[in-house]
Amino acid sequence: MEPTLASYLALSGILFTIGCVGVIFKRNAIGMFMCIELMLNAVNLTFVAFSRYYADTTGQLFVFMVMSVAAAEAAVGLGIIIAFYRNRLSVDVDDASMMKN
Amino acid sequence: MEAVIKTAFPYVVISVGILLAFQGVLMIVAYTVLAERKVLGWIQGRIGPNRVGPWGVLQPFADLLKFIFKEDLVPDKSTKFVYFLAPMVALTCALLPIVVYPFGPSITSVDWTFLPFGLGEGVKALPLTIAKIDVGVLFVLGITSVGVYGIALAGWSSNSKYSLMGGLRSSAQMISYELAMGASVIGVVMLAGTLDLNGIIYAQQQSPFRWYIIPQFIGFIVFLIAAFAETNRVPFDLPEAETELVAGFHTEYSALKFALFFMAEYVNMFTVSMMCTVLFLGGWYVPGLSHIFEVGSIPYAIVSHIAFIGKICAFLFLYIWIRGTLPRFRFDQLMNFGWKFLLPVAIANVIFTILIVYFLNR
Amino acid sequence: MVGTALFFLFAGLAIACAISMVYHRNPLYSAISLVGVFISLSCIYVTLAAPFIAAVQILIYAGAIMVLVVFVIMLLNLEEDRPMQRLRYLWALGGGLGVLLLGQTFFIFWAVMRAPQQAVDPNTTAGKTMDIGRAMYTEYLLPVEIVGILLLMAIIGSVILARRLAQPQLELVVDREEERRNLDDEE
Repeated sequence: MEPTLASYLALSGILFTIGCVGVIFKRNAIGMFMCIELMLNAVNLTFVAFSRYYADTTGQLFVFMVMSVAAAEAAVGLGIIIAFYRNRLSVDVDDASMMKN
Repeated sequence: MEAVIKTAFPYVVISVGILLAFQGVLMIVAYTVLAERKVLGWIQGRIGPNRVGPWGVLQPFADLLKFIFKEDLVPDKSTKFVYFLAPMVALTCALLPIVVYPFGPSITSVDWTFLPFGLGEGVKALPLTIAKIDVGVLFVLGITSVGVYGIALAGWSSNSKYSLMGGLRSSAQMISYELAMGASVIGVVMLAGTLDLNGIIYAQQQSPFRWYIIPQFIGFIVFLIAAFAETNRVPFDLPEAETELVAGFHTEYSALKFALFFMAEYVNMFTVSMMCTVLFLGGWYVPGLSHIFEVGSIPYAIVSHIAFIGKICAFLFLYIWIRGTLPRFRFDQLMNFGWKFLLPVAIANVIFTILIVYFLNR
Repeated sequence: MVGTALFFLFAGLAIACAISMVYHRNPLYSAISLVGVFISLSCIYVTLAAPFIAAVQILIYAGAIMVLVVFVIMLLNLEEDRPMQRLRYLWALGGGLGVLLLGQTFFIFWAVMRAPQQAVDPNTTAGKTMDIGRAMYTEYLLPVEIVGILLLMAIIGSVILARRLAQPQLELVVDREEERRNLDDEE
């Protein structure tokens, strides 16, 4: 069975699902961040697969953009996590409840 | 049967290539260790190892045997899985870049039709490269940056304060100097117009300067300094600074696991020297050699290969020489130097090269 | 043949690593598993004739982003996750969402059966560095510039976020937090 476009999309879908479920179940900010990275990667896979099967460079360029955005997200996200840890000595998203009371 | 042999043949050739290349690299690494001890000895007015074999030439094998038979201690409170994973990651990431390096020019003069089963039909050239990837430079930089995990995870999983300090220092140091390294490579890539390592060597032959060290001297210096930091060698050996951290990230490692780290460090030195040779010193190219031997013949390939190894050995000697000469940086000096001096210089070099390439191509 | 075997090998590895990432409570194990996912995806990109993207994937994701994450995990010395305190229905919500998305995946699977089964042009040069570079600086120049500005903003933002508070101020914050925790315990 040769891998077709559908098999790449299926793999991407499975990875996206796992990432999505992970975001809901993880309570650790870094864990959630990593799950989001996984979802971005699943999307990248579809871009590359389509780019291959339709012989178009655009898909790969978008992967490049997604990676740049992910890098920016990592820098700012980890900055926020460190700042949050300095304030609350925890990276648990449930502790981010100062606005509640 | 014949069809099977024909399908399997390219894989067999590649496997033999991998075997030869890795064996050669490991031998060179073993003798770099010996050469380091000898040269350090001479620099410090000592003799160096001379007991095992004539002039101590069998010393590396004696060391290896000792590593194998030492007791393998595992710290009680360590994170076992990560503790075992770390040395493997370190050595794998050190060895992987070897597959993309061109060890010499392609051999085109041999007629391969004498091979049985028609295996040699249509084979025009025997490239002295294992894998032909057209993004060789990026591949090497990527694998080198993955190598940080080996050190960082070793430091974390040992559950020792010294190791953790070493691991943290090394990841900070390697992230910082990777930027300068990448920026210094961009100049060469722009001049050559390709990311393929073999393509860069051919581009250097076409260029008026023959070697890119002349138009890219600043890039070369930045690359060299960043390479010392990437391989954790003196004067940037902060991760293992023995006077402060006992042995840094590998304090808790013993026997073969320590040997893996030790080998990874020397293989890294070797691959970084190889990268430097390919990017700035023309790789296997010897100016004027094509007048003596026919391009593509076996003697041409052999002489080029020897020249390549010779250039690498010169860099390895530079590593040892500097280890014998310079003291270690302090951590804040290291960070300031990397971010406030090296990176701006590398970026200025990139901009300068952009201008030159632009005006040359107009 | 070999391509098929490689695809299933790396696809399996990617899924296994992804599941292990969600499963492990220790953030460092999650991070290592995620690096595994990135590397297997990079290998899949190579089989999809996109070597540039594969190399950049390792360089940016495995080599830069995840090293930062591992660095932060080591720096903060994070413990394992405490057991769930959030509402129970999240399990149901997560499971439901997972099933929904998986269903969607198989819908895609069914829908793209009409898509090309073979690559349009097997010898396509779409993955070559030269083409990507050319497209990046001609057709897609504006998006590339915007991404550049975005990265600059990210650099400035993270420097401002992560800068140290003045020491007395930091101690005040920590004191207040410890006080609050003690009060919580007494209750």
